[in-house]
Amino acid sequence: MQTLLGALINGLALGMAYALIAVGYSMVFGVLRLINFSHGSVYAFGAYMVYFFVSLKVGLFPSILIAILLSGLLALGIDKVALEPLRKKKSIPIATLITTIGMSFIITNTLSIDYIFGSEKHGFPSLNLFGSLMIGNITIQSSQVIMLIVAVILMLALTFIVQRTKVGLAMRAIEQNSKAASLMGINVNFVISFTFFIGGACAAIAGALIAGYYGIISPGMGSTIGLKAFAAAVVGGIGVLHGAVVGGLVVGVAECLAAQYLGSNVRDPMAFVILILILIIRPTGFFGKKGITKV
Amino acid sequence: MADFLYVSGITMEFGGLTAVDDVSFHVDKGEIVSLIGPNGAGKTTVFNMLTGVYSITAGEMSFQGERLNERTPQDIVKLGISRTFQNLRLFPNMRVIENVMLGMHIHTKYSFFEGLLRLPSFRREEDEKAVRALEILDSIGMAWAADDYAGSLPYGDQRKVEIARAMATDAKLLLLDEPAAGMNPAESRDLLTFIRHLKDIGYTVLLIEHDMNVVMNISDRIYVLDHGRRIAEGLPDEIAANQDVIDAYLGGERKSHA
Amino acid sequence: MKNKGLLHSFERAVDRFKWPLAVALAALLIYTPRFAFMTPANMRIAIMILIYAMLGMGLNVLIGYTGLVSLGHAGFYGIGAYTCALLMTKLDWPFWPALLAAGCMAAVVGLLLGLPTLRLSGTYLSIVTLGFCEIVQMILKQWEPVTNGNYGIRNIPKPLLFGLKLDMKNGGLFYLTLALVVLTALACMAIRNSKVGRAFLAIKDDELAATMMGVRTARYKILAFVISAFITGLGGGVYCVVANGYIEPTSFVFNTSVMILSVVIVGGLGTIRGMVFGSALLWLFPQVFRFLNEWRFVIYGVLLVVMMQFRPQGALGWRSTLPYRFSRRARRMIQDKGLKDPGKEA
Repeated sequence: MQTLLGALINGLALGMAYALIAVGYSMVFGVLRLINFSHGSVYAFGAYMVYFFVSLKVGLFPSILIAILLSGLLALGIDKVALEPLRKKKSIPIATLITTIGMSFIITNTLSIDYIFGSEKHGFPSLNLFGSLMIGNITIQSSQVIMLIVAVILMLALTFIVQRTKVGLAMRAIEQNSKAASLMGINVNFVISFTFFIGGACAAIAGALIAGYYGIISPGMGSTIGLKAFAAAVVGGIGVLHGAVVGGLVVGVAECLAAQYLGSNVRDPMAFVILILILIIRPTGFFGKKGITKV
Repeated sequence: MADFLYVSGITMEFGGLTAVDDVSFHVDKGEIVSLIGPNGAGKTTVFNMLTGVYSITAGEMSFQGERLNERTPQDIVKLGISRTFQNLRLFPNMRVIENVMLGMHIHTKYSFFEGLLRLPSFRREEDEKAVRALEILDSIGMAWAADDYAGSLPYGDQRKVEIARAMATDAKLLLLDEPAAGMNPAESRDLLTFIRHLKDIGYTVLLIEHDMNVVMNISDRIYVLDHGRRIAEGLPDEIAANQDVIDAYLGGERKSHA
Repeated sequence: MKNKGLLHSFERAVDRFKWPLAVALAALLIYTPRFAFMTPANMRIAIMILIYAMLGMGLNVLIGYTGLVSLGHAGFYGIGAYTCALLMTKLDWPFWPALLAAGCMAAVVGLLLGLPTLRLSGTYLSIVTLGFCEIVQMILKQWEPVTNGNYGIRNIPKPLLFGLKLDMKNGGLFYLTLALVVLTALACMAIRNSKVGRAFLAIKDDELAATMMGVRTARYKILAFVISAFITGLGGGVYCVVANGYIEPTSFVFNTSVMILSVVIVGGLGTIRGMVFGSALLWLFPQVFRFLNEWRFVIYGVLLVVMMQFRPQGALGWRSTLPYRFSRRARRMIQDKGLKDPGKEA
């Protein structure tokens, strides 16, 4: 019972962090119908930037702020440099997909170059700022609580942006019909850039939270977690904001339970087991909208 | 029920919208029948219903005594109904001759392994089909383009290849969706001759067309749709003089000084 | 236009001298293991180029012909490798039936994966294949009594051909892989130039139109999955005997899928030549640019991105400008019927 509770709390905290990464996939998919495989590497980049500025004695919170800004700019830069030209040329979808994979290659391998950060693991400042709380036999670390609270606040803020602001309205319009949106005077390229920036910024926050929880970073840290967060986005219904949260929570809880009761090898693939089940039962995910088939 | 194509009271609803409302018509063997009407009248929807793209809400359809309702598009092609598309749906990255050979897909009998191992049975049939495809292309004056990739042809030529591909299925009834669209007057005159030729060599044709010159010159009979309903049927001269039809095309108001 | 003219002359020249060229190429390849530069390390790279060319051809049936994007082919590759290795080590099967079983096992899994995913469109299908690969990975790691978990399978014997042991030294493994690549290439070309290949291409270009022409698209999509998985499974089977005698789960991860994918895309979607070129580039690039150290992986990423900008069809991904090839008998029939043979033009 107590191990169950522990796994649940752990899962909820991790799940909210996954949700933060998942929104990046989800929002980009919403406006561009594209799986952005470079997103996981932006997440790793975010964590590394925090590490870097902390090592320069900038202080943890300013470091996180700088990392958020830089990661947002990196994500935006990926779009401007590589993806926007492809959109202009009306390139085949697979070219865009490969481009994001190539970008992820570039970022991850640049991080792991010896005189940059190197391929080995680095210690990361712990976010367990206020120690741990013991309730019975269950340990709740303050890093978990911070993860949960920060993620919830951010998700609320994102929901506000998408539902209540002009940019959010434009995003939703582009999601429905980008051509019509551009004809109505919406600056589609600006909105896409904004979407990438927000996605990158959220990934950096998730990077800081998760690295602060595990206390460790490595250049490849984004690949597995990126795929898992992506699975979470699909499970919840890709392109839907609250879908990312639910998907993230489901995946987070499921993998913590699986690790607890089935063995640690089952942990990572759990996201994909759920993913495949969902796609077979309900291909659009929990909250996804059905596409219109035109003849 | 002896009709070649027999359609009775077919209705198609999308959500609350009724796109085709209780439409009946028939086509006899060897006829050229036209389906006309203003944009959005439901003509292409009727084609989609006949060819199994949509499963119809109500009504009966049969072809040579076989019921068409709830059949898959593949079954319907096998029964002998084939079509072209309003917005050109050739396979642009395949050669013209391969497009036509794909039309023969349902009559190509060799198995996967016969093809994989290039057995004599495969070679014989593949040769026959390739030559037959060239013959069909030749009949519509497109043999010169056999090697070209379909997507690289001009619009009018692509329309002809689409007809060739439909003929290749060995269909008895051809549904042609605006075959003259995008053609210049000279091309559409050629097309007119070709459709007459189709009739002469034994095809039955159901035609959707906007070019009244083509419709009036070629049709044995005409049905007129407006807002999903059939508003008139008759010989070309009768349709040309029908006040309801003129109103539908001119947008409603009855003209007093006719 | 001028560019196309150049390509056309090139293709004509290759076509005219195809038999001498084929003989020369065959002689070169047969001699390859005897070259002085074929150290064991280089031999391994040569074999990996051949294996990835084969994997590329497998994936190409799916992406290049049928237009279905798989991000999980490492799963089929792993299933092939493990099936072959397990049959040889645990049940003492000889290599050849084990290899065939590897292909068949992957094909069966391909069938099972293909069935439920048919109703999924484009992107979602790719996502399922990605998940599939992760699940294969989990099974390989978790099912310890059979797969030996993270330790993988060791002491995989070398294949025997009429009592002769095929290994690195006598070049046997190179010839084995080469023979399989050639067979696969011939099979792919045979499929491409038959009604099955036409149905695949039609589905890629316009699935609805293919349906309306009577193509049972669902069946053909599954068939593409099965063929693709079979070829990839065979590739896995060969890999298990050339890979230093042992295999482990980490050889069949998402990154492996991405490598296979990059072979297909960089080489040239839908072509056979492209698979060989893409694979050679993938394996030779890190060797040739050894002086760049870790930067070479960054550069490979840059290469992918730049390639997609300026040549998304892949390096060798052009469509043939040669006329459609009728057989001799078909040409005679065309003449008899008095049809103009468009192949004879110019």
